[in-house]
Amino acid sequence: MSRRPEHLAPPELFYDETEARKYTQNSRMIDIQNQMCRRAIELLLLPENTTHLLLDIGCGSGLSGSVIKEYEHEWIGIDISSAMLGVALEREVGGDLILGDMGQGMPFKAGTFDGAISISALQWLCNADKNSHDPPKRLYKFFSTLFSCLSRSARAVFQFYPENSEQIELITTQATKAGFYGGVVVDFPNSTKAKKYFLVLMTGGATVLPRALSVNETDSVVPYASRREQMKKAKGKYLKNSKDWIIEKKERRRKQGKKVSEDSKYTGRRRCGRF
Amino acid sequence: MKLLTHNMLTSKCLKGVTVGYPLGIVAKDIKVSEVDFNSEFIARIIPKLDWATLWKAAESIGHVGELPQTLIQDFETNEEFLKKVHHVLLEVEVINGDLLCPESGRKFPINDGIPNMLLNEDEV
Repeated sequence: MSRRPEHLAPPELFYDETEARKYTQNSRMIDIQNQMCRRAIELLLLPENTTHLLLDIGCGSGLSGSVIKEYEHEWIGIDISSAMLGVALEREVGGDLILGDMGQGMPFKAGTFDGAISISALQWLCNADKNSHDPPKRLYKFFSTLFSCLSRSARAVFQFYPENSEQIELITTQATKAGFYGGVVVDFPNSTKAKKYFLVLMTGGATVLPRALSVNETDSVVPYASRREQMKKAKGKYLKNSKDWIIEKKERRRKQGKKVSEDSKYTGRRRCGRF
Repeated sequence: MKLLTHNMLTSKCLKGVTVGYPLGIVAKDIKVSEVDFNSEFIARIIPKLDWATLWKAAESIGHVGELPQTLIQDFETNEEFLKKVHHVLLEVEVINGDLLCPESGRKFPINDGIPNMLLNEDEV
């Protein structure tokens, strides 16, 4: 069975009361959400020390809203699950909430918001939960209405979990069709757990995309010499527990953003017998 | 729902509606709570507001206070005025009631302060 929630039920049914509770009680879930939200706000590149009006798409129980408040911005949130919004009301998150479906368009007048963020919501639009749903059409409707309700030079940042590369393609095509510039920033691309996709969309002309977070700064550029390395590797893996094997394993785990002790001249050496 | 949100909401997502602004308010319950005052934010948000809509909305729910019908010139420096706007924009909340689309007359119910903007399949 698939573990992706989009495959289980439509969002308005999946996020029921029990699921909504998890977002207030499970500290691990809250931690991850907060982290992603901080990164999303960072990617918005808002001018500092001024209060802005932000739109939170798929605000859910208002976890991301609390982070927005930390940065002293005002926000309006929209979500399709009334159970999640109920939890947000209980938590008194400070932003105004609206019950709405992102695929039906953003119901706001032109030029309203200084920025928009969305945490783990966009992938829901790639699924057709009803007969009348057509994902590309719904995506286009969403992006085009979002484009008009953002002020010029504003950005929209979406953290999302794409199922495959076709979904990324589908989303970016519809976003550019609606008039946005931008692309996908992948943080920690070598790790399965820490890897996060951020779609950064800009309204005011093409500018350079922000750098992705990674442990190694040279990660995104493949050096020419690595080809020879690959040839070497293709012949066979290193002997298990050998020095090369250990160094390779440490390198791999370092790229995944895990804690690894530093290499020294003692790495991979046996202890002397006296110990 | 705060009046700030009302000032931004439209019903243009409905099929056949072109402007869908401003939405009418039928308020059953209204709550007034205290919110921290941020003069810089209010001064920045005023140019984005549709003043006539804000005034009419405030009047229709009976919380217009001493708000002038037309926007004054030097609002950025007038602290008194910004405080009045702050009260109407952020402190007055419609808890239960309806929003009305000006073109189609479609009702959007407000429950617990959350306007329900979900559309039926045949309205998209």
